[in-house]
Amino acid sequence: MKIWIKNGRLIDPKNGIDAQLDVFIAAGKIVAVGPAPAGFQANRTLDASGLIVCPGLVDLSARLREPGFEHKATLESEMDAAVAGGVTSLVCPPDTDPPLDEPGLVEMLKHRAKSLNLARVYPLGALTQKLEGERLTEMAELQDAGCIAFSQADAPLVDTLALLRALQYAATFDFSVWLRPQDTFLAKDGVAHDGEVASRLGLPAIPVCAETIALAKIIDLARVAGAKVHLCRLSSRAGMLLVKQAKAEGLPLTCDVSAHHVHLSEMDIGYFDTNCHMVPPLRSQRDREALCEGLRDGTIDAICSDHAPVDDDAKIRPFGESEAGATGLELLLPLTLKWADRSGVPLVQALARITSCPAAVLGVDAGHLTPGQRADLCLFDPNRYWRVERDSLRSQGKNTPFLGLELAGKVRYTLVDGHVVYEG
Amino acid sequence: MQLPDAEQLVNQLIAQLRPLAGPGTGLVGIRSGGAWLAERMHSALGLTTPLGTLDISFYRDDFSRIGLHPAVEPSNIPFEVDGCSIILVDDVLYTGRTVRAAMNELFDYGRPASIHLAVLVDRGGRELPIAAQSVGARLALLPEQNIQLNQDSSGRFSLSLHRVEEN
Amino acid sequence: MENPQLNQHGELRHLLSIEGLPAGIVRHILDTAESFVAVAEREVKKVPLLRGKAIFNLFFENSTRTRTTFEIAAKRLSADVVNLNIGASSQSKGETLLDTVDNLAAMQADMFIVRHGQSGASHLIARHVAPHIHVINAGDGRHAHPTQGLLDMFTIRRYKQDFTRLRVAIVGDVLHSRVARSEIHALNVLGVPEIRVIAPKTLLPAEVEQMGVHVYHDMIKGLKDVDAVIMLRLQNERMRGALLPSAHEYYKYYGFTKDKLAHAKPDAIVMHPGPMNRGIEIESGVADGGQSVILPQVTFGIAVRMAVMSILAGS
Repeated sequence: MKIWIKNGRLIDPKNGIDAQLDVFIAAGKIVAVGPAPAGFQANRTLDASGLIVCPGLVDLSARLREPGFEHKATLESEMDAAVAGGVTSLVCPPDTDPPLDEPGLVEMLKHRAKSLNLARVYPLGALTQKLEGERLTEMAELQDAGCIAFSQADAPLVDTLALLRALQYAATFDFSVWLRPQDTFLAKDGVAHDGEVASRLGLPAIPVCAETIALAKIIDLARVAGAKVHLCRLSSRAGMLLVKQAKAEGLPLTCDVSAHHVHLSEMDIGYFDTNCHMVPPLRSQRDREALCEGLRDGTIDAICSDHAPVDDDAKIRPFGESEAGATGLELLLPLTLKWADRSGVPLVQALARITSCPAAVLGVDAGHLTPGQRADLCLFDPNRYWRVERDSLRSQGKNTPFLGLELAGKVRYTLVDGHVVYEG
Repeated sequence: MQLPDAEQLVNQLIAQLRPLAGPGTGLVGIRSGGAWLAERMHSALGLTTPLGTLDISFYRDDFSRIGLHPAVEPSNIPFEVDGCSIILVDDVLYTGRTVRAAMNELFDYGRPASIHLAVLVDRGGRELPIAAQSVGARLALLPEQNIQLNQDSSGRFSLSLHRVEEN
Repeated sequence: MENPQLNQHGELRHLLSIEGLPAGIVRHILDTAESFVAVAEREVKKVPLLRGKAIFNLFFENSTRTRTTFEIAAKRLSADVVNLNIGASSQSKGETLLDTVDNLAAMQADMFIVRHGQSGASHLIARHVAPHIHVINAGDGRHAHPTQGLLDMFTIRRYKQDFTRLRVAIVGDVLHSRVARSEIHALNVLGVPEIRVIAPKTLLPAEVEQMGVHVYHDMIKGLKDVDAVIMLRLQNERMRGALLPSAHEYYKYYGFTKDKLAHAKPDAIVMHPGPMNRGIEIESGVADGGQSVILPQVTFGIAVRMAVMSILAGS
């Protein structure tokens, strides 16, 4: 299958390209960018006039809910949503049921995902058995089975010594450890940022120091263990500054932020909107602005969708009893474009945060369009507005704070391994 | 249409009521027009029992349609209703619904010996079997007409005619 | 943001919180309550206003006292009242909150009076019910208890008339108190220039000053020259965690004693939403003293609830 993508505006952040260039694909790989290679006979030509052609998106966190939570979403529905959102590689956290703490489970998931022939799935293995925060998993075995890194997801790891040992053990094999910084005690029972809104609404709160204390601990332990750590879902200005400092010191740290935290603050909770129940909580306007600044200056490496399909029954509840999370795979691109537009960040820089940068976090060769590279691409119309509605989302998760909003940026084609896997 | 002079009507009404006014007579005005009239009558008749006022907002039969009146004031019946001969005063008698509500409310204070209804104007159009024993004037008005009692700053009464506002 | 309590004509449709209520509506409720106080002083304490209406007391959290005041208020308006203590029945059988509400709505409910342990529960119900059904929040988590806030305002107005010259202190566990939140909003809406909260730091929510209050940790300083003192109930369970060391120490520093009352204005009134913990947050000498208006609060509470119900039912 040979594909010629013509007349598009090619944006390839890693190679610093933003130009009107054609792309030529053969045998699943990019064979040329610019002029056609000699004798190239396309089986299919995609007219990308008015479209932006960029690397397929790399999403650092998308819960697919399998195994165990098929009532919320299935692999089929969510992989479908991924490619509809232009996402061609995604990382899934290990907090399935059972958690991804055994090689067999990981192999099954990889196999199921692969058979769908849609996006690439990179599972995170559980850092501790059953995510209970006590005994280490067989990390090396899990890596053989396909785990890209190890994580506790949102499960607590209270025992500092266990955390140190986990980091040391992972560092032995040069595995990275993904941690969401949150102190278990300070966050106990909390459902919203410890600020004006939670005080007014009487919601149990999570203070910023729950994040900073955990961050300080993780950074110190990472230094001691010499481990590579990826910090998931920063939420606060103070947290962002700690990471900035640690990075300046040269520690091998990376971090991400969810698209929700780039756009929303505690104020969006309004009158108990459970769609704004997030983990970590949406924080103050000032925190949000600092996160945007961190994204711009590179302290924060990537924006992820933090996709978490939640069934309606778990959302139509009092705020404190509702389940946290929102659907996100199909919103990652438009929300990134919206951030770029609002902050005046050039597109090439903005798209880096959802392509080449997260690929670098993962340490996989993806997120760029260098000839010879596997042809994972996203072609989107940056000027096409669409309304976020339950019916317009392919994900089984229909809950998002952006319901009813018009967003710019509609994916027209998604290619994985040189195959068109989505046409919109 | 030439409206009668309200001051003259009040005086006629007071004259009609004078034979009824005894030491135990209770006078009750329905807010707001009836309460103004009752105040005048109370002093003119030289009644010793304190004056009562009723705000019938809690007894209206159109509550479920139009809701609570925006400015309810407490009713005040400062005398024993049980066994009392009561003169109930209102400005305009029309459908009879206000009087029905007022009587219901009075009975929640006690069981009066009798109720005598005195109104300044009876404009006809009754929807309930209610009649006034003392009437200042009888006027035939159209449904879209609305007659209103006014009191100026010096306490003088006058009547005015309005068109019923379309809702 | 659209206020879920008001209909498109700006009338009160549900009473969920005092936050966001226009001052005019708050005053209208207080004025209407005056008339109901008069009704309660009559031989027959009942008016026919809500005849034929079905009011459901939907209590997911037990509170005999609050439930009773709503029940009396509804009965004095001639409504039919059904009391449901859900805590013990359907919720334990796994029925969701909204399932319960739907079931009761199908029994032709006109009004729900909701008490729930979670902040925002009555908002959720109000958003869910059919347009003709009204919801009154009788306490949701730590969020709001608007009728308590209103009856406290009614009480203050009875004794102090002009809100715009007052200094009011709220003392105790503000962090967990829905009553305190409703009072703070109400006092602000009615233009009270100085609202103080007095508590140790462990019992104050973050950025509480944003709600328009001055914070005091020293009760004697905080009570200086105030016109009204509202004491909050301290739940015993607060002693079990790390919020407070002991009832003894709390009483010493934050218990309302006659000595401390002497620092308020000589004519200051003492209020408490009840039920009181004598010897924990308040001394009997203060609770039963000449400046206490704690029992009138209870009486006024019925009139205020009658006012709220009749205004809602008529919107």
